Amino acid sequence: MNYTLHFGAVWASFDHLLGGLAIGLALAVAAVAVGTVLGLLSAFASVSKSRLLRGISGTYVLLIRNIPLLVLVLLVYFALPATGIRLDKYESFIGSLALYAGAYLTEVFRAGLLSVPKGIVEAGRAIGLTRMQTNLSVVMPVMLRNSLPSLGNTFIGMFKDSSIAAAIAIPELTFEARKINVDTFRVVETWTVASGLYIAACFTIAALLRRLERRFPKF
Amino acid sequence: MDAFLAQLWIARWPIFDGFLMTLGISAGAIVFGTILGCIVGIQLVFAPLWLRLPFRAYVDIMRGTPLLVLILAAFYIPAVLGLSLSAAHAGTLALGLFAGAHIGELLRGSLQAIPPGQIEAGRSIGLTFPQILANVLLPQALRISLPPWINTGVELIKGSSLLSMIGVGELLLKTQEVIGRNFMTIQFYVFAGVLYLVVNIALDLLGKSMERRLGARQ
Repeated sequence: MNYTLHFGAVWASFDHLLGGLAIGLALAVAAVAVGTVLGLLSAFASVSKSRLLRGISGTYVLLIRNIPLLVLVLLVYFALPATGIRLDKYESFIGSLALYAGAYLTEVFRAGLLSVPKGIVEAGRAIGLTRMQTNLSVVMPVMLRNSLPSLGNTFIGMFKDSSIAAAIAIPELTFEARKINVDTFRVVETWTVASGLYIAACFTIAALLRRLERRFPKF
Repeated sequence: MDAFLAQLWIARWPIFDGFLMTLGISAGAIVFGTILGCIVGIQLVFAPLWLRLPFRAYVDIMRGTPLLVLILAAFYIPAVLGLSLSAAHAGTLALGLFAGAHIGELLRGSLQAIPPGQIEAGRSIGLTFPQILANVLLPQALRISLPPWINTGVELIKGSSLLSMIGVGELLLKTQEVIGRNFMTIQFYVFAGVLYLVVNIALDLLGKSMERRLGARQ
């Protein structure tokens, strides 16, 4: 074992790594934004009275949670064009990750919905709000606040999963790291720096989320 | 559909091999990860600070890094350090290290959920610490950890698909090779997806039934 560390080759391409990190974060933000809409719809469906809606939501969660994300990404990217739907690689990856996030967020929001005290729903109905108004202005804010910690964890998970975009040649952090690795053969340095950047980003996001949680008191 | 079945029949052995490889790698990783996780979990709760810190660092590094990065690192790094590992071994190592951190964290939570009074009770009847661990703490902690442990197994089977990116001939890579020959992209990706689903849903159901049974007992 006579390997000497030379970080110079990695620092020379550090801009690319940072750019890749930004792309990964952007992918995660877009996917979680779309996934939140999917997750909210699916969570309300999962607690609705209609059997059909509950069935659709349950099947969606079961299917997506038990398929590897990479299979989903490749299926959407390579197989969808055969059905006439053409997406570029960013759209296709954000779509796949959003589908994936939506399934996890369904469970997050479902738990949030079940945590809303019955009393405040009844209070909303009692002051004459319609069911829809109660859902929008009473249930939703409380549910979102109670789901915030899990929502944050899901976001961190999706940010880590954005590394899978390297499989369809999106130049995010893992893709750039692999490129530097192959170009320079500074193997240990490259992966240490790449992993360090991911960890730093995850911890920063987690710290920001904790601050956000403190700003809003829990119900 | 007929054309697909004909192609599937031609490709049955490669896909079957890949499927076995996926199961074998996941099994290897869960065994390695569980042994590692038990050590890590116990250290995280009971070790003195100087010993706890390196374990905490290990867990945080593994949990803060994407699995794909761990797999690529395990694939490229051993070679430059003069170790020779096959891609399958490197991948299993990465999955196992990843699982070890998650299971360790899981076990830490379960151990800390046990009321400390039980340790004191064990001491006062004259048990040594290893005896308390083996007879009082671990039986309870392992039981609490069982459902999420099965969930870790599902995550490993899903994660093993990432080994296709370092050229391990597991289910996904074999499927891609088959698609490269017959261009039935949708059919074969969906078929691979169904195989993953079957295994994972079976594990999922097992975990859920255990959760119910454990929940009923408490």
